[in-house]
Amino acid sequence: MEIGLNHYLVLSTILFAIGLVGVMKRKNLLLLFFATEILLNSVNIAFAAISHYYGDLTGQMFAFFVIAIAASEVAVGLGLLIVWFKRHGNIDLDSMTSMRG
Amino acid sequence: MEKFLYIALFAPLVSSLFAALFTTTKKKTFVGIIASLLIFTAFASSSVLLAHILNNGAPIHVEMMTWMATGDLYIPFGFVVDQVSVTMMMVVTLVSTIVHIYSIGYMDHDKSFNRFFAWLSAFVFSMMILVMSDNYAGLFIGWEGVGLCSWGLIGFWFHKESATWAANEAFIMNRIADLGMLIGIFLVYWNTGTLQYDGAFEAFKTLDTATLTWIGIFLFIGAMGKSAQFPLHTWLADAMEGPTPVSALIHAATMVTAGVYLVIRSNELYDLIPHVGLFIASLGAFVALFAASMALVNRDMKRIIAYSTLSQLGYMFAAAGLGAYWVALFHLMAHAFFKALLFLGAGNVMHAMHDELDPFKMGGLKKVMKGTFIMMTLASVALAGIFPLAGFFSKDAILEAAFVEHHYIIYSVLLFTAGLTAFYSFRLVALIFHGEERYKLFGIHPHEAYKFMLVAMSPLLILAIIAGAMKGTYYEMVISVLPETEYHIHSHLVYWVMTIGTQLFVIGAVVYAYKKYADWKSVPDGSSDVEQSFMYKLLYNQYYIPYAYEEYIVKPYREISEIFWTKVDMKVVDATVDGIAGIIYGTGEKTRDMQSGNLSTMLKWMVAGTVALLSLAVVFGLAARNSDEIVAILSALGVM
Repeated sequence: MEIGLNHYLVLSTILFAIGLVGVMKRKNLLLLFFATEILLNSVNIAFAAISHYYGDLTGQMFAFFVIAIAASEVAVGLGLLIVWFKRHGNIDLDSMTSMRG
Repeated sequence: MEKFLYIALFAPLVSSLFAALFTTTKKKTFVGIIASLLIFTAFASSSVLLAHILNNGAPIHVEMMTWMATGDLYIPFGFVVDQVSVTMMMVVTLVSTIVHIYSIGYMDHDKSFNRFFAWLSAFVFSMMILVMSDNYAGLFIGWEGVGLCSWGLIGFWFHKESATWAANEAFIMNRIADLGMLIGIFLVYWNTGTLQYDGAFEAFKTLDTATLTWIGIFLFIGAMGKSAQFPLHTWLADAMEGPTPVSALIHAATMVTAGVYLVIRSNELYDLIPHVGLFIASLGAFVALFAASMALVNRDMKRIIAYSTLSQLGYMFAAAGLGAYWVALFHLMAHAFFKALLFLGAGNVMHAMHDELDPFKMGGLKKVMKGTFIMMTLASVALAGIFPLAGFFSKDAILEAAFVEHHYIIYSVLLFTAGLTAFYSFRLVALIFHGEERYKLFGIHPHEAYKFMLVAMSPLLILAIIAGAMKGTYYEMVISVLPETEYHIHSHLVYWVMTIGTQLFVIGAVVYAYKKYADWKSVPDGSSDVEQSFMYKLLYNQYYIPYAYEEYIVKPYREISEIFWTKVDMKVVDATVDGIAGIIYGTGEKTRDMQSGNLSTMLKWMVAGTVALLSLAVVFGLAARNSDEIVAILSALGVM
């Protein structure tokens, strides 16, 4: 069986669903970052697959942008996470309620 | 000459604005002096205008600026000084100058001295607009302006419940009448396409009688309110709550005569509808008698004079209704002089008696208040219409007009009223100035008013005496505007019998009043036979009309209002508005739980939102793609 575009897209969807569930369920901030990485990379897979399918490099170029942004996001996010941990001793999402309206 | 017109018109406005600057500060005498000087300037300008009119008779007509110009409607701020308006201007500015000067003394101890002058001058300005306007719209502005100032001055002592009540009563009654007036003005515009007097009067000639009758009736309803004619008369007596100079200026000499002025000004209209004129005359005669009868027994000095004003307004309407417009205007002028004098004299008495108004508690004041005594007596002689004072010439002319026009019922009513007038006027004079000094029982030490107040009043006294002599000149002047109706009784014998008979009747009434009241001993306590009689009670309670208004109009109105308030306003209008607000507020209250501040929950909501929006996008995308099919299905179902 040849592996075609649909397989990639299904993989991408499954990964996106996993990431989404992770974003909703995880209470640990670090794991939340993991979940976002899964989300972003599922999208990257879809971009790369469609780009290859159409023979158009734009999609792959966009995937690179996403990777770069994801990296910087994690860099900033982890920095903030460490500061938070030093100050509060935990990284539990339920304890972060200072934005309560 | 235009310059003088503008000075006469705007000097009172300047005076009012100037005094208004000091309304919140404490009493400053110079405010009163400057206000008086400015009003005097207006008087001087009016005199120049009068001299101009007397010399060559060409009316001055100016158009200051455009006020309203939309479509076919064009109303300018136009002013006209002709023989009629210059008469009114002279009366208004002269009496108001005197009242301003008098008020400096009268309001001496009042802490709202400055505010008083602001209102009083504003009144003069409004009155000048009223009499000088060359169209009905400007007249209406002045009309409302004097109503407003009257409200402010009746309720001048607003800390008194009765004063605010009287002020509101006057204002509301005038609103009712003003609705009629406004409808009249609308009808004029509707039928003639203009509100300028000249244009409208020209157009009236081509209109049918029914339309003119309606216009005449509605305009007269306005006049009835302002001039306190039955059944809108109750406010005038209650308006005596205001300071006495206000009563003299507004509720005797000027504002209340605005209704008469309106009828005189619209003489070309009322000439075309003599049946309305006859109604006006009959109502006038009725009010003359009606008001005089109430004055017979009243025990409030100012109210007696107010009823007398009402009665004299009835005379003016009787004359105007019969087509004797110049006679009505002449009586208006003469009445303004002697009635203002009478009121200002009453103000002196009130001051002397520490605001006591019951003449039965006075008596013998002629010893301490010689000047006031002479002035009030002469004013009463003029009011009673005894030769050779002003009232004789004007009132006699009204009686002659009624007689010559063959309206013998009106004539006899007016003649009888003349007797009543003489009686109640001298009842008042006798009770205040003659007889025992009953005020001693109440521990009052009366004193004469300031000398300058008496000096200020003296021009009125002179005019009350000599105004009759001006009748000829005056007649020559006004006939160029007003219909030239001279009343000559054909037979000399009848004329002399009538005149002398009237005089004897009036003098008889005076003598009777003196006999009865000049040596009155005690203060009546309501136990005598007269006071127990039905007629006395009926008259003393003003025919129970205020009571009936209270009982059958005010109270039901209040009850209906209460029903509308609790049932309609609270339960329907408010409930709807509150309901809408409640839904929005409730939704907010419920959904604020979303803003828990918990990042995890918020992420869940974000995902839910994204899903919802995506689903909508998909649904709408599909719908847009298949719109034709959807329309077909819906139309098959009969929905679209």
